[in-house]
Amino acid sequence: MTAESGTAALSIEGLRLSIGGHDVLHGVDLSLEAGRVHGLAGESGSGKTMTGLAVLGLLPHGSRVSGRIAFGGRDLLGMPARELNQVRGAKIAMVFQDPATSLHPMLTVERQLTEHMGHHLGVGRKEARERAAGLLAKVRIPGPEEALKRYPHQFSGGMRQRIAIAVALACEPEVLIADEPTTALDVTVQAGILRLLRGLCDDLGLAVLLVTHDLGVMSAVADEVSVMKDGLVVETGPRGQVLREPRHPYTRSLLDALPVPPGENSP
Amino acid sequence: MTVPLTGPLLSVEDLVVEHRTPGRPVVRAVAGASLHVAAGEVVGLVGESGCGKSTLARAVCGLHGAASGRILVGGHPVTPLGLRRRDPALTGVQMVFQDPYSSLNPRRRVGAQIADGLRTAGDTATEPADLLERVGLPRAFAGRYPHEFSGGQRQRVAIARALAARPSLLIGDEPISALDASAQAQVARLMRDLAVESGAGLLFISHDLSVVRLIADRIAVMYLGKVVETGPTAEVWADPKHPYTRALLAAIPSPDGAGVLPAELPGDVPDPADPPAGCRFHPRCPFVMDVCREREPDFGPAACWLHAPESSSTP
Repeated sequence: MTAESGTAALSIEGLRLSIGGHDVLHGVDLSLEAGRVHGLAGESGSGKTMTGLAVLGLLPHGSRVSGRIAFGGRDLLGMPARELNQVRGAKIAMVFQDPATSLHPMLTVERQLTEHMGHHLGVGRKEARERAAGLLAKVRIPGPEEALKRYPHQFSGGMRQRIAIAVALACEPEVLIADEPTTALDVTVQAGILRLLRGLCDDLGLAVLLVTHDLGVMSAVADEVSVMKDGLVVETGPRGQVLREPRHPYTRSLLDALPVPPGENSP
Repeated sequence: MTVPLTGPLLSVEDLVVEHRTPGRPVVRAVAGASLHVAAGEVVGLVGESGCGKSTLARAVCGLHGAASGRILVGGHPVTPLGLRRRDPALTGVQMVFQDPYSSLNPRRRVGAQIADGLRTAGDTATEPADLLERVGLPRAFAGRYPHEFSGGQRQRVAIARALAARPSLLIGDEPISALDASAQAQVARLMRDLAVESGAGLLFISHDLSVVRLIADRIAVMYLGKVVETGPTAEVWADPKHPYTRALLAAIPSPDGAGVLPAELPGDVPDPADPPAGCRFHPRCPFVMDVCREREPDFGPAACWLHAPESSSTP
């Protein structure tokens, strides 16, 4: 990590975004550290997902963006597409909400895991295949060798999300952006994915940006928590402080809207 | 529709619902489930996706035919919905669907859609705006179209439409899962309050246990087409009997800021077309015994050999 601002693997400073003349983000500041999970909470429409997409330069057409996204001593926002393409998918990877739509239904798991490896890492087919099997084992897919030959529809939702995570990890990224990675899953499956994400973050020293509206999920895996409202980060702090002693009234209201009061949920 | 109160309002007995696709094995989505809802009672039906809880709800509404078993609403058997007008006795069953973006007609004003329900109940005194008021929306919204509302507001409109038909049984099939976290608890509470207020029973289906805990009087846990545990919500929550219920409750992450990772339930839900022999949960159960692999527990309230009643012969 050679980022200039302290130990931050990636830092977003004063990110502003307007889409079609409509202001979506009004100066977002966030910083991700290696080996830490940074949770980004907020309601739909608060700009959580757009913040994640801005890092990868995946914003919709007609977006005007300003501010700075510093990664490895460079600003991702001003980067030419050619150079950005060497960063995204390789150094910065993303996991989306619904694995049923983020995986290609007509390509084998092997193809989806190895395609970008050849591009970014320049490895041959045989080596890529070995790495792919290793990745599937890492995300705990049973029978990785056979799994490579299968198609996404042959897996359950939780397994598909594990595969999507393996795809994201294929080029050994430093930053992983996970946009609501467990929202489409059942609680029992969600628990497994959260454990996996936490383990990967600790073992590989990944800097993870976890976008979620679920404060329970946030509390389980995030080290730092930021709360967004109407395109602004209204509160940032360590998990325990934000969820137990929120300073901003909006965070308080989010916690109050929960069906089970915090701390009472002990089955 | 007023229903003579003899026995429970809704009784589902050994219901089997099958999905048949040509060239594929028959899938028993509901494989002998039993469930009761009394008038004025809120029953939460929970389980993982694919366990058959939505199919059960659709069968109760008559949207799916039953392969065997019985569904009685107020003593009336539920017949599958056809092209003809529904038996008036069965218009007392109303459903709120999961996705308010597709369950409301985008080309009709919401007031007109609510008026459909009023007409079903033969109610000429109530205006659609009155119902909007009951679900917490301004009266003037009756002239608007669904696209002018947010997800939470649309779901309120869907609830108003269901209530307009004066249901004796209201069914919510994952009515809150498409909504924002901050709207979920509100809408769930609203459904409970309105149902209880009007003396109707509410069957509330959700995979979100924390919301069900908030509003349900009784809870029924479903696994692979069977109800594996039922009981008063507080009791089930405090002392879950079935290992599956325990695993479900342990998997909920708590927003306490402690950073505790929820417990994982290993394995996947088996294919309902080919359920395991014996107890359906045995391949994933941490307490599996020999009897579990051979015989299916067919008793309640917890269908588990660990909690077999005295009369049932355990080896």
